[in-house]
Order: sequence, then structure tokens, then C-alpha cells
Amino acid sequence: MNSFLSLFRRLEGPQTVGRGPAFWGAFAIVLLAALAYPLFSDGYTVGNTVYFFVWVFIALSLCLIWGYGGSLSFGQTAFFGIAGYGYGILTINFGSAYGFTLLALVLAVMIAALFAVLLGYFMFFGRIAGVFLGIVTLAVTLMLERFMAQTAGPEWHVGAARLNGFNGMSAMPPLTIPWPGEPIVLFADVGLYYLVLGLLVLVYLGLRILMNSSFGNVIVAIRENPERAEMLGYDVRKYQLITFVIGAALAGLSGVLYTVWGQYITPSSMGMTAAALPLIWVAVGGRSDLTSTVIGTLIVLAAFQALTIYGSQYALVFMGVLLVLTVLIAPNGLVLGVMNWLGRFASRFLQRAG
Amino acid sequence: MSLLELRKLNKHFGGLHVTNGVNLTLEPGEIHCLIGPNGAGKSTLFRLILGEHHPGSGDILFAGENITALKSFARIHRGLSVKFQVPGVFKGLSVRQNLEIALQSRHRGAELDAEIGRLLAFLGLEAEQAQTAGNLSHGQKQWLEIGMAISLKPRLLLLDEPTAGMSPEETHMTGEMVQRLNADGMTVLAIEHDMAFVRQVARRVTVLHLGQVFAQGSIDEIVADERVAAIYLGQAHA
Repeated sequence: MNSFLSLFRRLEGPQTVGRGPAFWGAFAIVLLAALAYPLFSDGYTVGNTVYFFVWVFIALSLCLIWGYGGSLSFGQTAFFGIAGYGYGILTINFGSAYGFTLLALVLAVMIAALFAVLLGYFMFFGRIAGVFLGIVTLAVTLMLERFMAQTAGPEWHVGAARLNGFNGMSAMPPLTIPWPGEPIVLFADVGLYYLVLGLLVLVYLGLRILMNSSFGNVIVAIRENPERAEMLGYDVRKYQLITFVIGAALAGLSGVLYTVWGQYITPSSMGMTAAALPLIWVAVGGRSDLTSTVIGTLIVLAAFQALTIYGSQYALVFMGVLLVLTVLIAPNGLVLGVMNWLGRFASRFLQRAG
Repeated sequence: MSLLELRKLNKHFGGLHVTNGVNLTLEPGEIHCLIGPNGAGKSTLFRLILGEHHPGSGDILFAGENITALKSFARIHRGLSVKFQVPGVFKGLSVRQNLEIALQSRHRGAELDAEIGRLLAFLGLEAEQAQTAGNLSHGQKQWLEIGMAISLKPRLLLLDEPTAGMSPEETHMTGEMVQRLNADGMTVLAIEHDMAFVRQVARRVTVLHLGQVFAQGSIDEIVADERVAAIYLGQAHA
């Protein structure tokens, strides 16, 4: 019971912005609004919102590894793709009966995490750091993209699942919950929405607890000064690897949910553009804070989609401009800057009132 | 049994022989100062002891155990701790959090809070605890890092120029602190240029020159040694 309570205390702390009744009140209102929202909307719009939510997981993974851990991974999309393809291969081969799709989700995320253990081991225990980490991870994701793009021939298949080269894999079954009578199929509208929303809240709160724990303390300590952290007795490489694997699992979750959402996955999901975009969402939001990352990602995604509808490829140019502006105006992130300003304003207001 | 024993340590950086057959023994409970001109290999010797560099040949024994092949963090677990030359604090984090990170593996919950409070008081940084460590003055950063280093309750504390950039009063206070820690049983090995500090604390002094142990003895013996004065004036080869 006591340890349970201490977990709740860790929801707030020095590593996360937002504390006290004002923040959690706002959190509850946003959550209630999110829960009620499908009742007032149509299936297509709800499905589109799911699409936005799906990307938040990969953004959070980057926030963890880069913002908190200080290691810029340019290749979160590699884990996204591995898990997405993994889910496709598993479910096309074994179908969706007996709740297998849910197991496949977990398995696919685990495959991505396992790959991260391997890659991360060589990087961190080989003391690759800084810009080189970015280069290695980018090379890995581009290599995977190139590899998958050349698998168009019929000889490229895993069991019944054709890899299909640049066109990608499609027609994998959606998530299906076994239910007496008729199984519940979570198509990309209200059903999937509640599942993804639930996962999002779970991951967000879980990461808040993790980052405000002693583990999170060590992670930010390594970002600030790895030598000092080691000389306080922490095995820096081990902590970096664990963080990297957790991040990879989150990116993998993003990939599975994306695959489930559209029932397809293509090599371009691991390409250059796909790899660069999460960096922009996270940088614009505020990479060193979970809440800023979530808000920033959703805002930038919505803006990007609106721009794509009206301006097609110019939207990408806009993303570049946005990144440059962020780096110049608010290097720690636009959303984080606004949130800190609001925090200062609120405390000054309370002081004056009290 | 001696606490630290360096046996014929050698380290090359390319063609540069930075540590040249160094033998050094530290008895438990002593305060030992390491002096020598710039480039004598003092900081390199520290890095060898800490495992940041690995010697080309030779052995490092700590409390009788050969730790030459151990990783740095494992050496810290054995009872080593260090304050670096350039203050190595976590600049973006608060003073309190800096100490929390140092203390959290030994203490939890209310006990952790109490330990942090005690250390803040010891360092005289209570008023600054919410400040970002990067905003502290140079002297305060030095103190904070010393605080983090001693919070591990090490058996051997390595101090690389603990008083660099400090006023004479601060230097004296640091000396008193080192003596207090030593009275509690901590063995100290310090690199220091400030001879007032060395005189205040050290029982034995080792002079390093060109990677070799040049002289060893009490502070009075070292000061009286004309050869030592000569290397500080750059006449050793004359």
C-alpha cells in the first residue's frame, strides 16, 4: 500500500512540468473531453484523431531518449517499422482468432525491443555517443527502408505474408478482442480510439512516474554529465541501454498501432522524412518534458495535416521552417516555453492574491 | 595493509610517456598531496586510479584487491570517490537534485530527505538548494561537487585541485573540511598547487615530474629540497 502511494507521489517531480490541483484539474478536464469527444463526432474524424494519437507514442519515445537521456536517436522509425511489419507477418500468418491480434501486438513490440537491445548494446557498450549515435541510428533505419523497398518479388515472403517491396504490406487483420458470441473488432474509429486513448494515458502517466523516480534522476544526470554520473557509481551504459530499449518499445507500439489503424505498413515509414518528422514534433513541443511533447506533437500534426490538404509538399518546407524558428526563438521548445511562462504567471497571480 | 597501492604504472599517449613506472602507497587514514609542475601527469594518474584510463602495464591495488581491470563505477562501489578539476556538477539540475542523485542509492524516502538536508547544511548551500547548479559561483560549484563526492562515504577521496579559484578564506575552510573528514576516517589523496593548503592538511607529499615520482616526504622536506624548487623553475634538465 505504501509503495503504491509513493508511486502516485512520483507523478509530480522536478523532471516533469505541471503540479498541484490546477494542473491535475486541467488534466481531468482534458481527459473527460477526450472520453466524451467521439459522442459528438463522426467515425471518420475520430479515426483521424486516432491517427494523431498513434504518433504520440514515437514522439514520447524520442522525448525519453533524447530529451531526458541526451542521446539523439535519429532512428526511432526503425523500431516503428520493425514492430509494424512484425505485427503484419504474425497476424497474416496466424489470423485473428482467440485474441491473437492482441498477443501479436505485444510480440511485435517485444521484437522491436529485442532489436534495440542488440543495437543499443553495440552502441552504448562501444561508447558511441553524441552525433555518432544519431548517424548510426539513422543509417540503421535507412538501411531497413532500402532493404524492405527491394522485396517486391514473390520470393520475399514470411509464410503467407508477402513483403511486397515499396508498396508495403497490407490487409493484416485489425485488433480483435475475443468475446462470447461475436468478437469485437476494433476498426479505425471509436473502438480503436478508446484503446489508443487508454494506452496513451497509461504510457504518459507511467513515464511521469518513471522519470520522477530515482531511475529518472540517473537518466537526466547522464544527460547533464555522464562522467560525473559514472563517478557516483552508476553504470552509465546500462542505464542508457535500458532507456533506449524502453524508447524502442514505445516507438514499436506506435508502429503496431499505425499498422492496425490503416491495415498497411510501407518501407517509407522508415525513410528519411519519416525519421525526421518526430524530431521536429518533439523539438517544437519541448523535448525535455513529457506534457510539452504530447501537446506539441498533436498541434504540429494537426497543422501539418491541414497544410498538406491545402499546400501538399509545401507542408514539409513549413516543418523545416518551424524547426529553424524553434531553435532560434525557443531552443527548449515552444510549448514548454509557454507552459513555463504560464506557471510563472500563475504563481505570481497566486502570490498577489494570497 | 595499505589502502591504495600503485605498482609500476605505465601509460603512453602515442609517443608521450605520461605515467612512467609510478609506485605509490597510501596508508589508511592519511592525507596525501600530489604536487608537480603542469604536465607532470597528476591528473592522468587520477584517471588511471579511477579507471577512466587503463594503464599499459602495472597494477592498481585497493584495500588489497587488484582493481586494474575494473570499470569506473565498480571502483566507486569499492569505496573510491572523486572531485574533478573542472567542477563536474549537473548544471541543468537544482542543487538539491544534484545531492539527491548522489545520495539516492544509499538512502530512500524520509531518510533521503534528512541526509540531503544535513549535507546542504554542511556545505552551507541551504539557501541555494532550489537554484540551478549551473548558476552557482565557481567556489560554490566546487563545494557542491565535494559534497557529492563525500556523500558516497568513500574510503579514499580523490580531490583534483579542490581549492582552484577559491579565495584564501575559502581555501582555508576547505582545508578544515578535509581535516574533519579525515578525522572521521576518510583517506584523502589531493592534487593541489596551493602550498598553504598542502601545508595545512598534508602529512606526506609526493612530487610528480615528467610522469615519474620525483620526490616524496613531509612538506618541510619537500620545500627544503632544492631539486624540487628547480623543476618548478624549469631547470630540471639543466
